[in-house]
Amino acid sequence: MDTKKNPLSMQLNVDDFVPATADEKESLVIMRESVGFWKDGFRRFRKNRIAMTAFVVVVVIIILAFIVPVFYPYAYEEQMKGSERLGPMEYSEKEIERMEAGESVFPHFLGTDQNGRDYTIRVLVGARVSMTVGIIASVLILIIGSVYGAVAGYFGGKTDMIMMRIVDVLYTIPDVLIIILLAQVLKFPLQNLSKVPGFGWITALGPNMVSMFLVFALLYWVGMARIVRGQIMVLKQNEYVTAAKALGATNGRIIKKHLITNCIGTLIVTTTLQIPSSIFTESFLSFLGLGVQAPMPSLGSLASNALNGLQTYPEKLFAPAFMIFVIILSFNLLGDGLRDAFDPKMKR
Amino acid sequence: MVKYIVKRVLFGVITAFVVASLTFFIMNLVPGGPFLAEKAVTPQAQAAMEAKYGLDKPLFVQYLTYMGDLLHGDMGMSLKKRGFTVNDIIRNKFPVSARLGGLAVLVAVFFGVPLGSVAAYHRGKIVDNIIIVFSTAGIAIPSFLSSTLLMYVLSVKLKLLPSLGLDDPVSYIMPVAALALYPTSYIARLMRSSMLDVIGQDYMRTARAKGVSTFKAIFKHALRNAILPVVTYLGPLLASLMTGSFIIEKIFTIPGLGHEFVSAIPSRDYPLIMGTTIFLACFIILMNVIVDIAYAFIDPRIKLK
Repeated sequence: MDTKKNPLSMQLNVDDFVPATADEKESLVIMRESVGFWKDGFRRFRKNRIAMTAFVVVVVIIILAFIVPVFYPYAYEEQMKGSERLGPMEYSEKEIERMEAGESVFPHFLGTDQNGRDYTIRVLVGARVSMTVGIIASVLILIIGSVYGAVAGYFGGKTDMIMMRIVDVLYTIPDVLIIILLAQVLKFPLQNLSKVPGFGWITALGPNMVSMFLVFALLYWVGMARIVRGQIMVLKQNEYVTAAKALGATNGRIIKKHLITNCIGTLIVTTTLQIPSSIFTESFLSFLGLGVQAPMPSLGSLASNALNGLQTYPEKLFAPAFMIFVIILSFNLLGDGLRDAFDPKMKR
Repeated sequence: MVKYIVKRVLFGVITAFVVASLTFFIMNLVPGGPFLAEKAVTPQAQAAMEAKYGLDKPLFVQYLTYMGDLLHGDMGMSLKKRGFTVNDIIRNKFPVSARLGGLAVLVAVFFGVPLGSVAAYHRGKIVDNIIIVFSTAGIAIPSFLSSTLLMYVLSVKLKLLPSLGLDDPVSYIMPVAALALYPTSYIARLMRSSMLDVIGQDYMRTARAKGVSTFKAIFKHALRNAILPVVTYLGPLLASLMTGSFIIEKIFTIPGLGHEFVSAIPSRDYPLIMGTTIFLACFIILMNVIVDIAYAFIDPRIKLK
């Protein structure tokens, strides 16, 4: 088309006025779909092979721990007379008789414990207990920590100073000492409280588990509060906060609608990484015998009980140990992946 | 500087006071008393015992008495181990825990720092990947698992090391290794990421341009700057090792302070619970203060406020 013409010529190129073909139209109309915060994050997350694997593992464990026990032929507290201390895949004499009579007997994949309870289901339910503690504790920490941190960060000044000094003190308190103490102390008041109508759910969960939640809620929110406060201090300088203020939004609304929603990435990541550390502490407490109550198993108490029979039944230790390891590892990797995806600034 | 130190120490004292008060009141919330477990005690004898230890007085009076004594460094008599003062028990048991914890810190730093630096130096290569895999696995293993597994392999199966007690130097290997696994992995990860930050700095390029060898650049120029996050971690690390050793002491039946603490709680040995908690808390707080102050000395860029 670049044939040299007289620059003053009014003659136009006819080709320029041909209607656009469908192809051409399409290339103009469909710009790239807009990539929002979530979409961008998930795209980055999907590309991260390690994090995706960890995610799949977490899902598998959740299915194993929460859904499989419902359909499992044995119950975790069911004691089978005559089937005590079976090795993996072994059958008791009674069960062999039944099998010879033509009945089908579900195998004990990991054997049974000293009370004749199927060990596989105990490990699975133990994983459920540990995960429940980890997840509920992390949600409690998320709620308390983010509200506290947001209030301190938003109001600043004296409020912030006093609130953060309290956090500093709580932060330096040696947590494990207080946790062990509280776990002991809270047991009795909670047992009494569970008899009061309306608090029956405490018995359902077990007073020890509730006291563990309380302990986590009381002590572990400080890290979360610090992180959220830091984020809010930056976010509150934004114009949209000024605009919201000018429009007469209340402080509560600004914190809830504008500030917390804008640090959602950090919140998700910190909560995910909190789960393994809560599970860590729970298994530690259960191992010391301060965790959930028998006959309810937890991975820590299973490992602790297995210690006595280490010489003869090492697999009784390996099973819960492996479970703890896989749970903590996959949650850690998942959290790291989420951080890389949703919170690039926090990347270390 | 002086102002900062004074402030920091003052803050530590306040924290210690809060911990002491908190422990005192939490502990007394538990129903039942130290002498209820013993069956052959008549009500009179029990009252006499309680009077002897001042447990019959109102709680607040007990609190004031205890705090007063504490200021003089007197933590009272143990209720269960007759004839021993809490100070005695701490004096006897703490060195055991401290030796174990101290060795674990040394091991963690001596292995963690070089591992992290090497990983950063070989970034993306196979060495880096191996170190990453091991350090990621290392922070997913609670100390009670590493110690029981070590015990199973080294003493039950191979019969190489004694499984219980701390009688000879060899028996330190397993508890220290179990205790050091987590912090070693953590330090390696910390070190790797901070080393990667430092390697990207301008002064590293300058050093390389001047002809400093890569090895020297890493271990002389970069290490000094990259090690700062590790120094900050030492405070919390000491805290976690002192308390993490509870489990190790239980598993390897080591007569340390953690063992004492854990067994004092169910038996309601109030003075011993108070004593061990306050002592350990003060120790941890002190370590944190020292680390904070040391940090300011090591890194002059840090403005002390």
